[in-house]
Amino acid sequence: MTRTKFLSATALSLGVLAASLSPAMAEQKTDFKLAWSIYAGWMPWGYLDSSGIMDKWAEKYGITVDIVQINDYVESINQYTAGGFDGVSATNMDTLSIPSGGGVDTTALIVGDYSDGNDAIISKKATSIEELKDTKVNLVELSVSHYLLARALDKAGLAEKDLAGVVNTSDADMIAAFATPEVETVVTWNPLVSEILDTNPDANKLFDSSQIPGEILDLMVVNTETLKDNPDFGKAVVGAWYEVMSKMAAGDEEALTAMAEAAGTDLEGYKAQLAATAMFYDPAKAVEQAASAEMPETMTTVANFLFDKGILGVDAPSADFVGVEYPDGSVTGDEANVKFRFDTTYMQMAADGAL
Amino acid sequence: MRLLNRHPTRPTGILLAALPFVAVLIAYWIGSEIRLAANPQDKLLPAPETIMNTAGRLFTEPNKRTGEILLWADTFASLRRLAFGVGIGALISLTVGVGIGLLPYVRRGLSSFVAVLSMVPPLALLPILFIVFGLGETSKIVLIVIGITPFLIRDLSQRVLDIPHEEIVKAQTLGASTWVIALRVVLPQILPRLIAAIRLSLGAAWLFLIAAEAVAAEVGLGYRIFLVRRYLAMDIILTYVIWITLLAFLIDFALKTLSRRAFPWLGGGL
Repeated sequence: MTRTKFLSATALSLGVLAASLSPAMAEQKTDFKLAWSIYAGWMPWGYLDSSGIMDKWAEKYGITVDIVQINDYVESINQYTAGGFDGVSATNMDTLSIPSGGGVDTTALIVGDYSDGNDAIISKKATSIEELKDTKVNLVELSVSHYLLARALDKAGLAEKDLAGVVNTSDADMIAAFATPEVETVVTWNPLVSEILDTNPDANKLFDSSQIPGEILDLMVVNTETLKDNPDFGKAVVGAWYEVMSKMAAGDEEALTAMAEAAGTDLEGYKAQLAATAMFYDPAKAVEQAASAEMPETMTTVANFLFDKGILGVDAPSADFVGVEYPDGSVTGDEANVKFRFDTTYMQMAADGAL
Repeated sequence: MRLLNRHPTRPTGILLAALPFVAVLIAYWIGSEIRLAANPQDKLLPAPETIMNTAGRLFTEPNKRTGEILLWADTFASLRRLAFGVGIGALISLTVGVGIGLLPYVRRGLSSFVAVLSMVPPLALLPILFIVFGLGETSKIVLIVIGITPFLIRDLSQRVLDIPHEEIVKAQTLGASTWVIALRVVLPQILPRLIAAIRLSLGAAWLFLIAAEAVAAEVGLGYRIFLVRRYLAMDIILTYVIWITLLAFLIDFALKTLSRRAFPWLGGGL
């Protein structure tokens, strides 16, 4: 083999290797993959998979839907953004910043719930948000916790610069962190919130997400093109989801116990977490939330927060750089760059019993 | 001529050395082109010029709120932690290592303990370190020290044991005390070994530094990577990774040069 031949062969094989990293292209297909991670409002995804309800609905539409649990929440969204999955469970804020900000056109297929106390600010010394002035706060930076802190400070007439700083702390180490003397205040989510409040008698809850209802939405988002080319995928997933929702609404002990065990708690513990989660058991209620007049306002607040923290990317020219479309067709942000859509078509079908 | 006897000429040698780097760059560039063609805003494999632009900004633009340039602040904080961690580890291992190698009483007392200690995975101790040393600088430095010291001690004590017994006997017949032997016979032979061992454990030291910064931090190279990972800012991550690699390479090179200058009798090594 001459040197040139060898070189071109090497370049070719490397090119093939690189091509295998190419993003998922939308097309007619029959096999789909969804990713989800542990959170009170997302436990039904695990149950959908283990109980066979998902398979039943997928079979009805002649497709397969693989539901994969990912231990790291951010990694699950990154995997979806990279094209490894057709859908992922995520909050409205993380959807806007990661896939939509990264140019992956994404549709909120299911509005599952909103955090109604699941996210909280807990302090050892301070008794009000005002007292956080000039102290340090430990949280997972740039997460929903950070957003909750920003909203709480805003409501109290403060800003993040009035604090002595925020310390990025992994959620895995949050409980241990709260036990160390130098940590005074943490912002985190359930089940960590209840664990910290139960084990620390001196812990005060200063603020929680029930004070900003409907702002932290938990969604199942899917690739817009995949959904457009494969409406059966949307129908099967939504149909299966609301079958489990009706079981949960009816208090099905077997289903709830399975979800509780998967969440690492017992039935009572899981019910307590659900109490701080405003689940939309009824698809009509989810449609109502997605189409509500407050949605554009919420998403604009979220976009401003993301831009302010530089999360929309260093190149993002303004907070309006990603467009968000609502069920009535209206858009906030850049109309030429709509990458996040709230689509109630499939949830409406579920509400009408048309699946 | 047999293949194993054929040596590349100098220009061919340079070309061969550059080839893997160029191949990786081309593979990245092709992959990036493919992804960007499908989605111009793709964050996973940003175009090389995007990375260059981001890198330029990271190295020069001050942060809006604090006014300092984040990359330099991160670099300074991380290098400080690394220097303290490796420095303390080196001092402990030099003392304990020479002790174990030279003095039978210390060897009996500590050698098995260190051997067992070196088997404890340091990252598994992280939650305990946080409770004992807090979330601040101390626990990050302690993690590096715990991570590299047992290895250094074991390596150094073995090197001391490897010193030919004749040398020790000779020094004794010339009237040297234990202290003088440690200082004049053992130390000059062990210092270059210490530097070589530190060079080998630098990779591990970086690993522990970044792991500690990923758990809780306000500043640092590892902290920034784990922070921007939340929004898949691969342009920033790649800039930091290349920067860390460069720093690690420079530290390694500096130690190698120091070793060659200070201990010329050992030759090049590594």
